[in-house]
Amino acid sequence: MESDILVVDDSAAIRKILQRVLRQTGMAIRAIHEAGDGQEALALLAEHRVDLVLTDINMPKMDGLQLLASLKASAQWHNTPVVMITTEGGETKVAEAVKLGAAGYVRKPFTADQIKEKLVGILEPALPL
Amino acid sequence: MNPNQLIIESISSSTANVFSTMLGVELPLGEVCRQGEPPEPDDGVVSFIGIAGTWAGTGSLSCSPQMACRICSQLLMTEPPAVNEDVLDAVAELTNMIIGSVKTDLESQLGPLGLSIPTVVFGRNFKTRSAGKTEWMSVTFDWESDRLLVKMCLAPNEKAHAIHHVPVHTCALEI
Repeated sequence: MESDILVVDDSAAIRKILQRVLRQTGMAIRAIHEAGDGQEALALLAEHRVDLVLTDINMPKMDGLQLLASLKASAQWHNTPVVMITTEGGETKVAEAVKLGAAGYVRKPFTADQIKEKLVGILEPALPL
Repeated sequence: MNPNQLIIESISSSTANVFSTMLGVELPLGEVCRQGEPPEPDDGVVSFIGIAGTWAGTGSLSCSPQMACRICSQLLMTEPPAVNEDVLDAVAELTNMIIGSVKTDLESQLGPLGLSIPTVVFGRNFKTRSAGKTEWMSVTFDWESDRLLVKMCLAPNEKAHAIHHVPVHTCALEI
C-alpha cells in the first residue's frame, strides 16, 4: 500500500530536499504534500488524507509543536504519526514533542538512510517495502 | 577547551559533516584563518545568523556566486542558470545547518543558545561589518577551484548576565 506524506517546513529548500530524499528511500509513496507552516498544514489536511506528517519545529505563524498539539487534539488526526525535524541541539523541544505524542524525530543534517530508518519503523504496518 | 578553539573545531567538523551528508561532497580539512585573513568579501553570496543567549554573536558563510550555484545544484538537484531564489534558499539552509550544528556543540560548554533566521545577501561591491568587537574565528574550505568561508564571533552577553544577576531590591526601585 502506498502512503501519502505531508512535509511541513518554512524553508522551500528543505521541502525540496525532503521530496528528493523521500523518493530516494525507495519506500512506496503515492504523494508528498507540502506546507510552509502549521496553519498551511492544517488547511491542507482538511482536504487530503495523509498517512504521516514530517514537520520542522521552528516555523513562523504556527510552529511544529503547535501543529503536533493540534493534530493530537483532533478526532480525525490524533492517530496520524508525526515525525519532527529539527536542528535544535537542546533536548527541551524534542522532549516536549515526545511528550505531546510525536512518533519520533530526525536531526538536520540527515541522510536518506536515516529518514528511511525512522519512517519504516513507523509506517511499517501500512507500508510494505 | 577555550571557546574559540571549540568554535574552530566545531566549524571544521560541522561543515564537513553537512557537506558530506546533505551534498555528498567530501571537503578537505579547512584552513584556520587569523582575523582579516582572508579579506572580508566584497561580492558574491554572504549569509548571516544571529546567536543569542548567555553568549551572543553571529555566524556567517560566504562564497562566490559560482559556488553558491554548485551548492544549490548538489542540495536541490536543480541546475540554476544564475543566483536565484533557489540558490539563496539553499545557502540559507546550509548556513542554518552548519551554524546550528556549531551552536549545538557550543551549548554543552556555554549553556543554551538561540539562533535567528538566516539572512542572505547577494551582490557586488558591498561591505559587511559586525558592531561587536569580538575576534572572528574563520575557517576556509576549498571545493575544487571554489572557496567557502565559514566564520563566527561570539562573546559573553553582558546584558543577559546583568538581567540574570539583578538584585531583587534594584528591580523594586525600577518599578
